[in-house]
Amino acid sequence: MARREQARDTALERYFDVGVPTPETPIGDVPMLAMDMETTGLDEQRHAIVSIGVVPFDLKRIRLAERRYWVVRPPRPLNERSITFHHITHSEIEQAPDLDDVLDELLAAMAGRIVVVHYRHIERTFLNAAVKARRGEGIHFPVIDTMSLEARLHRQSWWARLRRWLGRPPASIRLPDSRTRYGLPPYQAHHALIDALATAELLQAQIAHRYSPETPLREVWS
Amino acid sequence: MQVELLEIRQHMAQFPPFEQLSDDLLDELAGQVEVGYFQAETDIYRHGDAVEYLHYIRSGAIDLYRRNGDLYNRLSEGDIFGQFDLLRDRRVRFPARAIEDTLIYFIPLAAFQHLCEADDNFADFVEVERPRLESTVDQQRKGHEMLVTRVRKLASRAPVMVESDATVQEAAQRMGEHSASSVLVLAAPQTPDDSHAFTHEDGQLRRMVGILTDHDLRNRVLAEGRPASTTVGELIDERPITIQSDESVYEAMLRMLRNNIHHLPVLYRRRPVGVLHLSDIVRYETNSSLYLVDNIFRQPNVEGLAAMKSDVRAAFVRMVNEDDNSQMVSSSLSSIGRAFTRRLLELAEEELGSPPVPYCFMALGSMARNEQSIVTDQDNALVLDDSFDPEQHDAYFLTLAQRVSDGLAACGYSYCKGDVMATNSRWRQPLHVWQQYFRDWIDDPSPERLLHSSIFFDLDSVYGDEAFVESLQDLVAGRASQRPRFLAAMARNALNRTPPLGFFRTFVMEKDGEQNNTINLKRRGTAPLIDLIRVHALACGSRAQNSFDRLEDINKTRLLAGHSGERIRYALEFIAMVRIRHQVIDIQEEREPDNNIEPENVSDNERHNLKDAFQVLSNAQKFLKFRYPMPSQKR
Repeated sequence: MARREQARDTALERYFDVGVPTPETPIGDVPMLAMDMETTGLDEQRHAIVSIGVVPFDLKRIRLAERRYWVVRPPRPLNERSITFHHITHSEIEQAPDLDDVLDELLAAMAGRIVVVHYRHIERTFLNAAVKARRGEGIHFPVIDTMSLEARLHRQSWWARLRRWLGRPPASIRLPDSRTRYGLPPYQAHHALIDALATAELLQAQIAHRYSPETPLREVWS
Repeated sequence: MQVELLEIRQHMAQFPPFEQLSDDLLDELAGQVEVGYFQAETDIYRHGDAVEYLHYIRSGAIDLYRRNGDLYNRLSEGDIFGQFDLLRDRRVRFPARAIEDTLIYFIPLAAFQHLCEADDNFADFVEVERPRLESTVDQQRKGHEMLVTRVRKLASRAPVMVESDATVQEAAQRMGEHSASSVLVLAAPQTPDDSHAFTHEDGQLRRMVGILTDHDLRNRVLAEGRPASTTVGELIDERPITIQSDESVYEAMLRMLRNNIHHLPVLYRRRPVGVLHLSDIVRYETNSSLYLVDNIFRQPNVEGLAAMKSDVRAAFVRMVNEDDNSQMVSSSLSSIGRAFTRRLLELAEEELGSPPVPYCFMALGSMARNEQSIVTDQDNALVLDDSFDPEQHDAYFLTLAQRVSDGLAACGYSYCKGDVMATNSRWRQPLHVWQQYFRDWIDDPSPERLLHSSIFFDLDSVYGDEAFVESLQDLVAGRASQRPRFLAAMARNALNRTPPLGFFRTFVMEKDGEQNNTINLKRRGTAPLIDLIRVHALACGSRAQNSFDRLEDINKTRLLAGHSGERIRYALEFIAMVRIRHQVIDIQEEREPDNNIEPENVSDNERHNLKDAFQVLSNAQKFLKFRYPMPSQKR
């Protein structure tokens, strides 16, 4: 028990030791990690993580060979049998490890990288709650949220306000719709790894169209 | 299993050279790609950059340039580039630039080399520097195709499946709904770690336990007097014979013959992905254009039809290489063009509802003559029932015409430059108006008036009420031969385009001594021949539309002296074939096919025969001028 306790601390410590790039680092030099999760619901107190997909990347390349994907078993048995997860069967979930068993690997994948997600309130909140429940302390980390980058353009710009004032429907900032605006191909969604890949591609496109590789990290993270 | 990479592998599996890879190699490859995004109008590579990847275009489009800035090639979704650089000195020879927002899959050098070693077809594909027409012709052996074509290419429809406790009646109903001649039968796995189990769409573990066919319903249910409530499970033989989706068509055929079966369930690993029927193979083998036409009628939307453009080109190349006969090739292409048109009309009617009055969709020009080539634009019109009321009905037919016209354009049949399309209200008229058009053209002709109307004298129905177009054909055949002024005006226009003298060294010699380095074989060869055949055909009251059929009708009369009819046939066949063969060269050298040929690409033998053919055309034109003189204007 003592050894396991110690190992847990080490994993978190190692993650924090590596640190994150400074706010002034040009985005073109930042190593990133696209992340997506499937959860049983939207409330991190009542619901749990079912799968996690991550892909390391930078502005030039998304490295699929280094992708990681885990199915994890929620702490409470799934009482709602009706919940269906695309690609994941209930028996697969029942046989899956607890998040605790994959957490070290996940933290190692995150170390030194900025996490990129589409809609930060799921991944950051759920991961924080899950780590806190298992290792005693939570985990806070900066993320780049491709959805909020789209929102800046389509929800907060003067043009978007003008459209709203004219009674036009706001542009959708969901992942597939955002991708379409940049000429990215449609993917079959609802798989954590495919969505992580889709998010990484979207960020590459957003930076190419709206920012530049020299843009400092602080302008895009949140 | 890497379900998470399906998105990538399925896309690559549609395009050469990846379509011929085994499923294992494809899976391995999909796991190694790196992805990069390039905004439109940005450079991907400059000349001399280091190359460490083979590049696959997932979406978007790029241009490759020569050093002098000329365009070398334009590539899009599913194309690859960089293979020659990888095999040479790993430096960029042709700089690449994104012309649309583009997503590229970078295949690392090591993975590329592994594919070259593991798969000979892949190695052949990437190693051969084109041009390679001769070797291609030799390679196109029929058996070869069957050995390398994968089963998944033929079994494209998702299988119909039922549970083994379903009744035969339910199974028969499912088969009826899906117009399928077989259903696959599923059951729960026998043990939790059953090695034949797969995860079904609903998340449940399932295994395929058998197949039930039309044949079984007849022989084992009806003939044996079993009730409709018999469960499917009682009828099937466990452990059906199956085939993996990446095995060859040849292997599939052997397996059917050996086991005396006509249906073969196709699996990807343990998951059923389709059923191959013996007729699928026969259709594919005996005539790829038939297979293509059949496939056209199965497409659910315009996108599906447009995606078949490359299949049409592949079928064209195959036909030309297998069959040295322009009539076979062009009539197959016409059938394909008609199939596209019909399917687009069906789809439009499904969406717009049935037409308010009867109509006939009419093809003009090459499609009507059954002489289409791979480079063609659309010429069409709508003939409507005489009860047509523009106020009430025209909105429907305009939309219908637009759907078809836009759909054809998406399928590679470019819009007609002269606006001879049903979208033009002039060419979307009731039958009585059309009859008046033709009477006007024939009774009150002038070369100028007829210049743009000659295309209407090749007409045929494609879809709808054929009687409308037949009545127009009758009108033309009955009336035109009686009008010398009309024939003279048509003959005058048929002389507008003349052949060149012939080829000398590397240029085309014109009759006035001018030298050109390219020649348009349609404008200077086939089109004037077709024009003059049309005039003779109208003069002898022929109802045929195809030029060779018209020649047969003409030869039954005494319009042409001696053997000149035969000579014209030979000249047309020869020039048409050279044109077609050069279009195949264009496609194989990854250029956009056109009607031009460059003298340096013409073999000595071809040069000689072409010169003779041009001479035949020239003589025939002289005779035409003499045979249909313009009558004096005074009456």
